[in-house]
Amino acid sequence: MKLNRIKVWLLVTVSGLLLVTPPIALVLDEPFYLTVIGRIMIFAIAALSLDLILGFGGMISLGHAAYLGIGAYAVGILSFYGINNAWLQLPVAIFGSAIVAFIIGIICLRTSGIYFIMITLAMTQLLYFLGISLETYGGDDGLPIDRSIFFEAFDLGDETNLYYLIFAFLVIITLFSWRLINSRFGVVIRGAQENEMRMHAIGFSTFRYKLLAFTIAGSMCGLSGFLYANLNEFVTPEYMHWFRSGEIMIMVLVGGMGTLFGPLFGAAAYLLFEEIISGWTEHWMVIFGPLLVLLVLFAKKGLWGFLPDRDQNDA
Amino acid sequence: MTLFLEQLLNGMQFGVFLFLVSAGLTLVLGIMNVVNLAHGSLYMLGAYFAATFYAWTGSLWIAFFLMVPSSLLIGIIVEVVTLRRLYSRDHMDQVLVTFGLILFFNEGVKLIWGAEAQYMPIPESLSDPTQIFDIPYPTYRLVIIGVGLLVAAVLYILISRTKTGMLIRAGASNGPMIRALGVNIRLLYTIIFGMGAFLAGLAGLMAGPILSVESGMGEEMLILAFVVIVIGGIGSIRGALVASILVGVFDVVGRSYLPDLLLRVVPSDIAETAGPALASMLIYLLMILVLFFRPEGLFPAGGR
Amino acid sequence: MKMKLIMAASLLAATSLATVPQPSVAQDNEVRVGFMAGFPGGRGIYGRDQRDGFLLALDQLGGKLGGLPTKIIIGDTQHKPDVGRQVMSKFLKKDKVHFVAGITWSNVLAAVYKQALKNKTFLISTNAGWSGMDGKHCNPYFFRSSWNNDATPEAMGKLFQAELDNVYLLSANYQAGKDMLTGFLRHYKGKIAGRTLYKLGNSDWAAELTKIRAAKPGAIFAFAPGGMGLSLLKQFNASGLNKTMKLYTVFAVDWMMLKAYGKAAIGNIHTSFWDADSNSPANVRFKRDYANKYKRPASMFAVQGYDAALLINLGIRGASGNLKDHDSIRAAMRTASIDSPRGGFIYNNNHSPIQNYYKREVVADADGNPKIVTRGTVFRGHKDAYHKLCKMQW
Repeated sequence: MKLNRIKVWLLVTVSGLLLVTPPIALVLDEPFYLTVIGRIMIFAIAALSLDLILGFGGMISLGHAAYLGIGAYAVGILSFYGINNAWLQLPVAIFGSAIVAFIIGIICLRTSGIYFIMITLAMTQLLYFLGISLETYGGDDGLPIDRSIFFEAFDLGDETNLYYLIFAFLVIITLFSWRLINSRFGVVIRGAQENEMRMHAIGFSTFRYKLLAFTIAGSMCGLSGFLYANLNEFVTPEYMHWFRSGEIMIMVLVGGMGTLFGPLFGAAAYLLFEEIISGWTEHWMVIFGPLLVLLVLFAKKGLWGFLPDRDQNDA
Repeated sequence: MTLFLEQLLNGMQFGVFLFLVSAGLTLVLGIMNVVNLAHGSLYMLGAYFAATFYAWTGSLWIAFFLMVPSSLLIGIIVEVVTLRRLYSRDHMDQVLVTFGLILFFNEGVKLIWGAEAQYMPIPESLSDPTQIFDIPYPTYRLVIIGVGLLVAAVLYILISRTKTGMLIRAGASNGPMIRALGVNIRLLYTIIFGMGAFLAGLAGLMAGPILSVESGMGEEMLILAFVVIVIGGIGSIRGALVASILVGVFDVVGRSYLPDLLLRVVPSDIAETAGPALASMLIYLLMILVLFFRPEGLFPAGGR
Repeated sequence: MKMKLIMAASLLAATSLATVPQPSVAQDNEVRVGFMAGFPGGRGIYGRDQRDGFLLALDQLGGKLGGLPTKIIIGDTQHKPDVGRQVMSKFLKKDKVHFVAGITWSNVLAAVYKQALKNKTFLISTNAGWSGMDGKHCNPYFFRSSWNNDATPEAMGKLFQAELDNVYLLSANYQAGKDMLTGFLRHYKGKIAGRTLYKLGNSDWAAELTKIRAAKPGAIFAFAPGGMGLSLLKQFNASGLNKTMKLYTVFAVDWMMLKAYGKAAIGNIHTSFWDADSNSPANVRFKRDYANKYKRPASMFAVQGYDAALLINLGIRGASGNLKDHDSIRAAMRTASIDSPRGGFIYNNNHSPIQNYYKREVVADADGNPKIVTRGTVFRGHKDAYHKLCKMQW
């Protein structure tokens, strides 16, 4: 994956802006934007993880929100028992969602095409119902929690600290994904999307590679669940509803499928647009739905895809 | 024992209703290879149309005859305006476009009809229960069974005995080939989608008198229909029928007996919670089981 | 291509528009109220009625709360707790509201209450009856214009204890559903023919009705809100069970839904805090103005929204318009005598209304259409069951 000058500049600018947002918000007395952008970055991680299997791997999962929920419940349930230590919560969130993704992957990856879409959808519904019936942990009412603790000195109760934590994870996950995509593993995954038969022919068991990608993506989304539970100080089965899987998928598409940085822009565009338009009218979905249709029909490349692929003077 | 038989009948009836919802969807999925999440919206619109026509005319029959062209029309509009552009695209695009349609229709019906549920009663002549042996069974539910089986029979004949049906089958197994043979596959697809929309609308009409006609009513049915189709095998009418009844019976018998059964095996405080929870997940577990052994469903349609 | 560019440009424009902080024009003599509820889908009807009731009261007060110019900001939670957090955060940090009102669902309330209370902003629940707020989480900044979740089924339990025996319990398998049974069983000590917890969003009731018929109860008590209630009543009638027993519900039947129920509702008995029949001037005026403004009958949810606006109005008046004087506002709200359509009510130590609960029945009017009539008072000055857990005293 090569980046041209425009994209590099854009990324530098955006990262710079994200970095200086907290002090600026503080000066302007607009702390609301910390929450908004924090939420955007969390969904950027979730969308990036979906993009790994969807954009790069061609696995159209309509159940990705399940891992957002698993990660969140890992925080929630541990916090319920008074364990707020993030060093424990974070691995549980990541490995917990990895295990669930692994199991779901074993079942779902036996199928393909429309079957795959529908069975991932049904799986997330299964977990959603499970969440509702977990009476001890609040069931449908959800579970209010305290924020996790990494270090005593680094209080996540402070919105700025939480913001920087989210930002750090976004950077780490993006770098990790970059490495992953460009590794031999990434090449196989992309190859399997383009021509599964050929990958078989040259001796790759695509099932194993896909399962691994599915599991990694699940655990990354679990990480975003960990962050989301902390941002909201609340866990609810609602995180796992299949509509949310659809929303994450929209973010991937709006940002640009199969791109590393698209999901961040997609998440930003989706959440901000929703924020604005829902203030206009109670019936905003009537505008929002057709807009989505138009986007898919005419702007499939997404925001990141609109940027020129190479420098003008390269040609 | 009669109680168990009655629950079996309930399960079958629910299954036949699920068949009505999923028959159109399995055609669209299987033959056109298009993921249509908006099938639930077409079902909802069918119910809204039926309720409206019923309010105008006071007759379920007239409502039915007005609902048919309306549903067809909506189906055709949706196909021509959006889906037609998506046949060559991947499933992801289809998922997102039809997802957008769900949002649009769910809010659109509220703009037109208001947020309240719509009024649609059971016709007077069908409102009293019928005695089957010594069980008083709701007559309207028997009508649903009848309509569902009729639809199954008609679809079976249509697909296996008529020229259109032959084209449909041919289109399912090899689209480019029959296009090369000079068949207008565009028109064929429009017809199939229209048919799917009509079947969804019919299910909505049948649901109107016993369910709540309101915005969002389609999504729950959509997911159930997906489960049915995946179990039955995409594109197979026979599979959809068998799977519908399987799912219906599993669901009904599960939720009537599982909680009590569990109560005998595990401590009551756990059973109180786990029983109903397990019952609500039962059909998904059934689906996982089936797919584990038969990833293409019980009746894989030929050629794919 | 042009199309694409335009769309991309507009998307980017929208994005940047939102990111650039707009300077908030905060006037000192203006009262800002954030009203949040879920609006999408069929469930949006509750949010709509609460909001419309609230806005009606504002109209009647000449667009002013406590005599001050008033700005209402509406937020859509989409029925999701986390979106509720976002809306609350916007209200508090960006709009810098003085009051937050609304909230339909318990889980949204549970998700957002801390934010408002930490920020020392008054929060008035116009529906969500989560017990946590009446008990251990009760707070000087939280009020409700609705009810505790348990109270309405408690009234039903008392009704059953007095009039009926051998009940079949039907409720949803989630927290509120279980709260309903807890509330019911607090006052009903008689025989229970059976109980079923159905799954949330259930629409086919054949299995449950068959079980009920076999259990031969004297009556059914069901919690089935919204569309679930509608389908339950329809199928209950079609099954012929209506000839041998009555179906008692909570939160299923109210005025705004009556048209959709049609004849299926006739014979239904439920409990509610609102005596819609009452000829009190406040009730008559409320029902008339609501129907005139919105062209549909008022509901209990509208009453809840309406009273929240009246409560805020009296609170600000009590502080002579000084929005910074929280203590005076609170003191005035605690002792407010609200001219409510439900009749008079006072606040308990936990800021939950001490109010009456009525038995209501759906009967056919002269044209055969359903209407709700009040059949008597079940509780007079009912206090919710959680107020003793609340440490707050005043």
